[in-house]
Amino acid sequence: MERLEYTAVGLGSAIKSGKVTAEAAVEAVLARIKEKESALHCYVTVDEEGALTRARAVQKRIDSGELTGALAGVPVAVKDNLCTKGMRTTCSSRMLAGFVPTYTAHAVQKLEQAGAVIIGKTNMDEFAMGSTTETSAFGVTRNPYNEAHVPGGSSGGSAAAVAAGECFYALGSDTGGSIRQPASFCGVVGMKPTYGTVSRYGLIAYGSSLDQIGPLSQDVTDCAAVLTAIAGHDDKDSTSLQREDTDFMSALHEDVKGLRIGIPRDYFSDGLNGEVREAVMAAAKVLERKGAVIEEFSLGLVKYAIPCYYTIAAAEASSNLERFDGIKYGYRTTEFEGLHSMYKKTRSEGFGAEVKRRIMLGSFVLSSGYYDAYYLKALRVKALIKKAFDDAFAKYDLLLGPVAPTTAPKLGESLADPIQMYLGDIYTISVNLAGLPAISVPCGTDSRGLPIGLQLIGDCYQEKKILCAAYAYEQQRVFE
Amino acid sequence: MANMISDETIDYVGILAKLALSDEEKEQAKQDMGKMLDYIDQLNELDTSGVEPMSHVFSVHNVFREDVVTNGDGREETLAGAPERSGDTFVVPRTFEE
Repeated sequence: MERLEYTAVGLGSAIKSGKVTAEAAVEAVLARIKEKESALHCYVTVDEEGALTRARAVQKRIDSGELTGALAGVPVAVKDNLCTKGMRTTCSSRMLAGFVPTYTAHAVQKLEQAGAVIIGKTNMDEFAMGSTTETSAFGVTRNPYNEAHVPGGSSGGSAAAVAAGECFYALGSDTGGSIRQPASFCGVVGMKPTYGTVSRYGLIAYGSSLDQIGPLSQDVTDCAAVLTAIAGHDDKDSTSLQREDTDFMSALHEDVKGLRIGIPRDYFSDGLNGEVREAVMAAAKVLERKGAVIEEFSLGLVKYAIPCYYTIAAAEASSNLERFDGIKYGYRTTEFEGLHSMYKKTRSEGFGAEVKRRIMLGSFVLSSGYYDAYYLKALRVKALIKKAFDDAFAKYDLLLGPVAPTTAPKLGESLADPIQMYLGDIYTISVNLAGLPAISVPCGTDSRGLPIGLQLIGDCYQEKKILCAAYAYEQQRVFE
Repeated sequence: MANMISDETIDYVGILAKLALSDEEKEQAKQDMGKMLDYIDQLNELDTSGVEPMSHVFSVHNVFREDVVTNGDGREETLAGAPERSGDTFVVPRTFEE
């Protein structure tokens, strides 16, 4: 894969030293977008003029010494479910096709304060519901490693854009694996932080108790730099954590001696592709040679994570998406008779099939008579899953496993059988249920040349352990 | 399929979800939901008696602040996004019959 000349942090220091300007960096990205975008379709919106204008303004602030951070002047792509004031934000849905937010998401604001230059908004599964970016109302994104394959999802546009050099790094959101799985499929780094680490203010909600914003980047160093920039308490998100330990760059060293890493045996059962298994186990060996203590164990409850997740996520989605009613913003149907007909027609025409499927399921599991049997049951199982992780982290610093059971499937193969598609989330989903941080780091390719991702999972607040192990692995990695 | 979803149930869920489904979509929804509920029924293999439902992984309490307006007047920008407006108001379909 043809990467850009610089990583995000590399570009930041090149800009600081005067070797490159922010404007030239934007021009390099725009040139790459011109070359690749017609084949890949990573973006819903590319704001060419705006990006160049912002780059010139940022450059002035760098020259004057006002902006000194690691990411000052570096172009970024933002997933299209993060609100950007004055820039169309669609969630890849017909419902929000013309929606221009009046405010900017907190995470994006933090990047802007750090001098980031927003290039545009990336394609995604509609309202982040999907694992392939094929449910987008604006067409599919293709995997840069093989255009016949999906980039993963739901942050597929962000992952593909980073892989193809159509941006230096990107933001995504992860509700059940939506950062880590596309990162794995596109051979880039993707991280979901501990729930509450990054404010969800301005993130268009899907499953509020599960949603977290995080970086997709070219390497682990960039990942740490971006996470450092976007983490932090926000009064506007009532679930935002008070954390002081958000200098994630300090974790970038190779000392993993004595680090206890558990490999859940249940993550290596029948459903796992042989090539993925080999690549992930080889990565474990690399960390072992560097001094980590690797041990297999049984995590338990793994197969219950998917039905538990889809019950909770659908329930929250049905509630969160009630706001799309054709009154204050977004799509409104043209012909209707009265208020209720307007609501129903607007929503039926505005939402795609997967979104409607989840809203229906969510409305059902929350309805009286079924609430206890389905929704509360799922919340009880969630408590058991959390407990299983608590027990694991009493013994281990990190858990290591695959991100997904296979490499990227072909376009068109996934949507016909939803449950089969949901099964692909088996290794990522329980991390969201338990609120844990986890990363996907490239660890090889299969015989067809498609990337494989290594997942490292930490206990809550333990991003630094994850980043350290990921960095140590990245330094030793020899597959490329 | 163990969970047979009736027409009445689909109609009722359609009302809750505020979705108008075509006959074809209703049939599909019955299939999809039945299969999904069969799948979710696996959770019943687990004994959860005595387990408190966990809505949040951290113990989160209500977060209060003073009721002070901090954002400016965004009226024009907000109304600019309305599907239909009249002056400074949103236009909505008639809500009550005469």
